[in-house]
Amino acid sequence: MEAPRRPVEPDTPPGDETCPGPESMSTSQAIARTRSARLDLAGVLRLEHRFLRKPLNAISRLLLLAAAAAIAVSFVFPLWRMNLVAPQYEEGLDLFIYSYRIQGGGIEGAHLAEINNLNHYIGMKPIEQADFMEMRWMPFVFGLIVLLLLRAAVFGQMGNVVDLFALYAYFGVFSIGSFWYRLYTYGHSLDPKAPMTIEPFTPLLIGSKQIANFTQHSYPQAGAWMLCLSVALIVVAGWLSRKEIVT
Amino acid sequence: MKLTLRFLLTALVVGVTAVGLPGCKPRKSASTAAGEREAGALASYVAPGEKDEYYLFYSGGHSGQIYVAGIPSMRHISTIPVFAPYPATGYGFDEDSKKLLGNFTWGDVHHPALSQTDSQYDGRWLFCNDNSNNRVARIDLRDFKTKQVLGPIPNTSGTHASSFVTENTEYLFLSTRFSTPLPRGRVADPNDYEKEFSGMITAVKVEPKSGEMNVGFQILMPPLNFDLASTGKGPSSGWVFFTSYNTEMSGNLLEVNSTQKDRDYAAIINWKAAAQAVADGKATMMEGAPVLDPVKVPGILYYAGIGKSPHGMDTDPSGQWIVAGGKLQPSTTVLNFSKIQKAIAAKDFEGEFRGVPVLKYESIVEGEVPVGLGPLHTQFDGLGNAYTSLFIDSNITKWKLPPWTEAQKKDLTQVVVDKIPVHFSVGHLVVAGSDTKHPYGKWLVAMNKLSKGRHVVVGPSQPESSQLIDISGEKMRMVAEAYTEPEPHFAQILAVKDVSPIEVYPKSESQDPNAIWDMKDAGVTREGTRVTAKMISVRSRFVPDRIDARVGDELIVHVTNIEQTGDMIHGLGLSDHNINVVIDPGETKTFKVKLTKPGTFPFYCTNFCSALHQEMQGYLVVRPAEGEPVAKAD
Repeated sequence: MEAPRRPVEPDTPPGDETCPGPESMSTSQAIARTRSARLDLAGVLRLEHRFLRKPLNAISRLLLLAAAAAIAVSFVFPLWRMNLVAPQYEEGLDLFIYSYRIQGGGIEGAHLAEINNLNHYIGMKPIEQADFMEMRWMPFVFGLIVLLLLRAAVFGQMGNVVDLFALYAYFGVFSIGSFWYRLYTYGHSLDPKAPMTIEPFTPLLIGSKQIANFTQHSYPQAGAWMLCLSVALIVVAGWLSRKEIVT
Repeated sequence: MKLTLRFLLTALVVGVTAVGLPGCKPRKSASTAAGEREAGALASYVAPGEKDEYYLFYSGGHSGQIYVAGIPSMRHISTIPVFAPYPATGYGFDEDSKKLLGNFTWGDVHHPALSQTDSQYDGRWLFCNDNSNNRVARIDLRDFKTKQVLGPIPNTSGTHASSFVTENTEYLFLSTRFSTPLPRGRVADPNDYEKEFSGMITAVKVEPKSGEMNVGFQILMPPLNFDLASTGKGPSSGWVFFTSYNTEMSGNLLEVNSTQKDRDYAAIINWKAAAQAVADGKATMMEGAPVLDPVKVPGILYYAGIGKSPHGMDTDPSGQWIVAGGKLQPSTTVLNFSKIQKAIAAKDFEGEFRGVPVLKYESIVEGEVPVGLGPLHTQFDGLGNAYTSLFIDSNITKWKLPPWTEAQKKDLTQVVVDKIPVHFSVGHLVVAGSDTKHPYGKWLVAMNKLSKGRHVVVGPSQPESSQLIDISGEKMRMVAEAYTEPEPHFAQILAVKDVSPIEVYPKSESQDPNAIWDMKDAGVTREGTRVTAKMISVRSRFVPDRIDARVGDELIVHVTNIEQTGDMIHGLGLSDHNINVVIDPGETKTFKVKLTKPGTFPFYCTNFCSALHQEMQGYLVVRPAEGEPVAKAD
């Protein structure tokens, strides 16, 4: 049986990616290796570039349209609900947070005034829609994302999907952070002259918590779920076109 | 007078009981068995946090109010002030409710009536009468508040037979219990009663959208004491039936003088024909009301002699049977409306009474049902059963309405199904929805005039007793008992599902030109000697909480409760000035007070509102008049 043939140096063509054995490493060989690593990075970049230029198939484009629709529909529903329950408020007081407004529960949204009225006893600033700058630019950003989704669906490139995902993720994290900061500010700017003194607090962003005689329940609502759905649709749209071939 | 009657009747019942009542089966004493007690407790128990299924609106008699209780719990839930001040809700202290009260501080509420559409409760209004001062009131069931008091109605006195609404609340009928010389204000000797006194039946027109009441027309009647009524429906649509007593037309000692004849006249009125006659210009104006003389307008009124001193006159849900309770005889009289129509068409009259035909009794009566002693009122469950209250016997008798078999007709004791003792001396009774074409049935409330011995002793002033009876089975079943303020005369039962009241006055509906919703708009202004405060009440402050004025000023306060949360009610009591207004969430109230003495007077929230309710106060600073003498306001 013939012994396996070891490659000999003269046979190795330049740029061949097969590494020589350590025992045969020379200076020229080391140089060649570095060169080849550089070439590797370029290759990867080339691959990435090719990936971002991948066309989106029909299903992915439809999914992007569906994502745009989900965002549009999310306007109709509240994103978040804060529900406050106390013995004398068995039925609960509700605040519904939309991307562009705050809506109290009850007849003619009376719960907002009621919550503000109760909060005045602890010196909390009244919650007023005018104070929520976010509510002015959030609809604009959502509109922008919808436009970009439509663009992606028409242009049909993987790069659009990646852009959208990044923008969306950043916007989502920023919004939730900003929302939390709002809550923090409300709970930490209490009027020292208020009739009741309580420790500054941050109302809960998500979950349930006891604040004095109230249990606060704070949870995402249909609007937020629609937005989550739109994110999922974008991810799936990208995934389903991952094997498309660049022409 | 009433006490005397009570005494006599009580004496009578004792006497009758001593000799034994024919036709009265012995029965075991009420609900002593443990099983029955438990069943009753379960049937009427509404656990904390749970709610009743029906509203019971019962008249408060001479308390002047309407009381609201729940069924089956029989718990008193709230009081709707109508004809008397009621500081608990500030009624009679602010300008609007003072206007409703007029110059009176009491009324005598007898017969509440729910508005109807197509002979069924439509959940819009509750009407009630003031027997004493000839008024009728409308309560809006959207907020359970009195919205209109009409009257004193001209040409009438003692509107006992009221309020009875027609099938679509076109009219509500009322009549004179006490005839007087007309026009009112004229003096005549009661010994000339027959000649000088007149009765009157009034049709109050109800505006279909707003419920606004006006005197529609009146029918001039002889001086009989009209007692009770009911309106027709179905075949008797367009008719109304009244009982009366005192056919003898006596002006004194009615106890004796009005009970001599065995029959008294029921008035059978074609109100649609009467309304047409008024439209045709056949009425003459009297004290601003169009009045028809039934002698000159034939076809609108017929009489029928009914035994004896009849009280209730109740039309059954089908509109076919009209049951009159002859309170001084042991039977109720059932009239057949088809027979009435035939008798009218055939002019089957037994004579005339003051120029108006009297229908031949035998031609219109279906039978006299031996229900027991002292039948007053009859109610119906819509399943062919009638329930008659027996004042003297102190029980309720259940019996079958016609049609009867030949055997039953020969012996009407056979249609009597059941009797149940009540405690004591039942006046009115109410079956849920009895005066509609589809009664709810299920429950009956007996409103008893005597509660003595039924409750712990509370001194000589005693409440009445009301008893809840389950009528869903063949046998009536005593379930619960409650004590009601004097004194329920009649009641209406309305399913909770058939009405949708509000709990706050929505801000968007606020129509009061003096309402303010923003603290920035609150303040005090002066115009000559008139000082006007526009005030906000909200937990836990009045804005402004200080009013400066001088002796001789007229102070006008408009206070708006800007709360929009149920039960966040504020009161405003002003010390030393006999002012207490109570403002519901979203409501604006106005009170006026002439400032006659200097001082620093506190005002404060009277209706406990919040943890800082005690702190909700302010001061009215009234300085002595200084400088030039202050001109009188107005």
